[in-house]
Amino acid sequence: MSTSVRIRVNEETRTVSAAPDTPLLYVLSGELQLNGPRFGCGLAQCGSCSVLVDGVETRSCVTPLSAIGNRVVTTLEGLPAWYARQHKLRKPLTLTPVQQAFIDEQAIQCGYCYNGMTIKASELLSRTPQPSEAQIRSAMNGHLCRCGTYPRIIKAIQRAAQVSVHEDSFVRQEKEAGR
Amino acid sequence: MKPAVATLKFPRRDLLKAGGALLIGFAIRDTARGKGPEGVAMVTGPDQPDPNRLDTWIAIHADNTATIFIGFVELGQGCTTALLQMAAEELDLSMSQVKSIRLESHTMPNQGGTVASAAIARGGPRIRSAAAEARQALLKMASQKLDVPVDRLTVDQGVVSGAENPRKSITYGQLVGDKPFNLPYTGGAPLKSFRDYKVVGQRIPRLDIPEKAAGKYVHMQHVRVPGMLHGRIVRPAGQGAYGDGARVLSVDEASIADIRGVRVIRKRDFIGVVATNEWDAVRAARQLKVSWDRPAALPGTAGLYDQMRAAKTTDRIVIDNGDAAAAFASSSHVVSLTYRCPYQVHAPFGPNCAFADVKPDSAQVMCSTQNIYETRRKVAQVLGLAVEKVAVRYYEGSGTYGRSCYDDAAQAAAILSQAAGQPVRVQFMRWDEHGWGNHGPAHVGEIRVGIDGAGKITAYEYHGWQHQWNVTETSEQLAVGTPAAESSGTGSQQVSNFNLAAMYTIPNLRLVNHRVDGARYLKGSNLRSPLDVSFSFAQQQTIDELAVLAGLDPYEFRRRNIKDEHWLGVLDAVAQTAKWTPRPRDRSQARGRVANGRGIALGTHTASYAAAVADIEVDRETGKIVVRHLYGAIDAGLCVNPGCLENQISGMLVQAASRMLKEEVTFSTTAVTSLDWNSYPILRFEECPEVTPIVVQHLDQKPSGGGEEMMGPATAAIANALFDATGVRLREYPLTPARVLPALQRSTA
Repeated sequence: MSTSVRIRVNEETRTVSAAPDTPLLYVLSGELQLNGPRFGCGLAQCGSCSVLVDGVETRSCVTPLSAIGNRVVTTLEGLPAWYARQHKLRKPLTLTPVQQAFIDEQAIQCGYCYNGMTIKASELLSRTPQPSEAQIRSAMNGHLCRCGTYPRIIKAIQRAAQVSVHEDSFVRQEKEAGR
Repeated sequence: MKPAVATLKFPRRDLLKAGGALLIGFAIRDTARGKGPEGVAMVTGPDQPDPNRLDTWIAIHADNTATIFIGFVELGQGCTTALLQMAAEELDLSMSQVKSIRLESHTMPNQGGTVASAAIARGGPRIRSAAAEARQALLKMASQKLDVPVDRLTVDQGVVSGAENPRKSITYGQLVGDKPFNLPYTGGAPLKSFRDYKVVGQRIPRLDIPEKAAGKYVHMQHVRVPGMLHGRIVRPAGQGAYGDGARVLSVDEASIADIRGVRVIRKRDFIGVVATNEWDAVRAARQLKVSWDRPAALPGTAGLYDQMRAAKTTDRIVIDNGDAAAAFASSSHVVSLTYRCPYQVHAPFGPNCAFADVKPDSAQVMCSTQNIYETRRKVAQVLGLAVEKVAVRYYEGSGTYGRSCYDDAAQAAAILSQAAGQPVRVQFMRWDEHGWGNHGPAHVGEIRVGIDGAGKITAYEYHGWQHQWNVTETSEQLAVGTPAAESSGTGSQQVSNFNLAAMYTIPNLRLVNHRVDGARYLKGSNLRSPLDVSFSFAQQQTIDELAVLAGLDPYEFRRRNIKDEHWLGVLDAVAQTAKWTPRPRDRSQARGRVANGRGIALGTHTASYAAAVADIEVDRETGKIVVRHLYGAIDAGLCVNPGCLENQISGMLVQAASRMLKEEVTFSTTAVTSLDWNSYPILRFEECPEVTPIVVQHLDQKPSGGGEEMMGPATAAIANALFDATGVRLREYPLTPARVLPALQRSTA
């Protein structure tokens, strides 16, 4: 039976109508029409549906709506605002350093796995701003890519970590670019 | 929030604006076949634009930009960017002045499928010559307006100026902006010399990447249409024998009585559910009790190769040069070996998804096909509509690497929409895609190669066993009863001289293809670089073995047997980049737990040349192989965008490690049992090698394609590195610890 539920998604409180056992993924992609989290396996094996729940990477395909409660859900769409809050920026950047690094490294092929890759990398850098390569591989190990873009993802995360060190200059660049 | 797709109407291509929202005119007339200048059969008719009109290919807009109508789909490999580079080059436009639009039937040119890494090689020449012809027409117009002879005009970013008087100038946009050319396409315009290239050959960043990084890119899985139902297919877990399809014994609709608003749709043996709420559809498909007839008609993984080898086959002698039998008798060394190569699955990372809105007399379909016109035919077939009444629009899905289930999903959506009388979106579940996928066929290779005392190949014989690719989609097989059929003749990859032997100078050569009937096997289709992983695994290990017998380093042995400069070029390029030095002959001394090894190999797909070097580590106690570094060099003739090709090589190197170390479809005598990422593991971050892509550039040559060629050499280089590390060779892949460890134990026993 559908019930009316309030959830906090991307800095907003939304009211959705869904059965409590509905996986969060179907609420986000169906009712809220968000394109970040996407279906990959429905088994929590691949990471394409990942979102942040209170900053923790979570597989939305196996997380029932009823388990979210008052916690804050951040999807790919909400990452710039989440990043801005984390780094006390006055307003969100268009793209986070991780997203910009994926472009700079030309890392993406089909791009379907990049929701999960971006979410997981963002969680990693929020906890470990300067990860070693081994830490990156270990953190990302639960996320699969069929196109074989892992090497460029590793480089992009390393690049994003460098940007975070020089955050001021990154924000300045964003301003200069008028983004 | 706005839906991703707000209208059901396919925008008809408006030449002037490349947009708009008009209905397709459905005219029923005969189509005609002709041959394009690049030798590709073009289909012309009222159901698709005439390839012999310039306006079919290019529109110039008033803002001095151009839309290029490209008949190929973007698969995340960058072909759209590269094809636009070719157009921008010939038009003397910058990359910011050219764009393409979404591919759809009726309005976009039919350039055939985006397959065989041929978008650039086969489609590029047409785009390029159309752009040159448009430029020629524009210069003629400018000449009249400016009163300057054509040969005294120059063009920079679409601004045509007098060479002597640059103030006399006019833009393309001013000349024809938002008006059609109304000219035939002849293919006769002169092309730029490679010496004048400004855009071609440059690392232009891929155009699709920024939207993908920002999460704004619309994949097929994101397409939503107001009022659509969510559909799921219901099939037994894992396909059985292709010839059998699946047979329904009974359906118990009461088993989903607790899920309201779900409708079960059955057409013969095709079963699906539709619901307004997606989760309801997912639950209903899982919960619906169907009893299926499940005959034990498969050989099972354990019996696969013996059954193939013993099968009654249709044989074809591919090539028979010289007298191989006599040459073997007089060779100094002869190696005869048998190799076994498993089924592997496409398994796109996001399972296939499709949308259909079927009306009584027409249908509109959106899906991730590699060939919109072929999908249109297949959908029309299950609906009982004429092809021109079905419109197909392409949305990129997740990397498919050959024909995965996209047409199956499109047919399923169409069948469900027709029965429900409403638009339906079908999302295959992970177990649908893994379990009912089209698989890269299993292969048995028997190879015999002889050398003389100088280490030169004297004779080479190869026999390959495999079945062909399926042509009947499962939805059609179940819903319509179309019998299982396989592609005929060379419609699917089989034993081939170019892929198996043409790199070497071989005086006596015999290649035989043994076609196995596929009815009692899994559905086959073209998985990235079809059969090349199998061919290279067999052939390149055998070549390595002969190098040992000849007392030569594997790199030197290959050099000695190759004359072709392309093959030598990639071999040298990869060896130099990897700093190849002759390998130690005696592998018995290294006794530590971890053995290091290095291997080299060659391979190809249809036209280009590739070579790879692999550095690996083998844990002698567990049998686990870790690939540390892969180097890969490709010669694809003219490489339009080296950045895109490097990305392709990198991806292929990682995929190659995955396919050689981990991937194998498993099945019982009844059904496929590898149904997800746990039962069909692929390479992960912690197992991923460092990669070094190398592009051997030939600006003065034709492009030959580079999206597949690295699979064979990279996989074989890993197998050769295992021998280099441990002295052990495996004749069957994937090289899992379960295979490697017993082989290591046997070798030291």
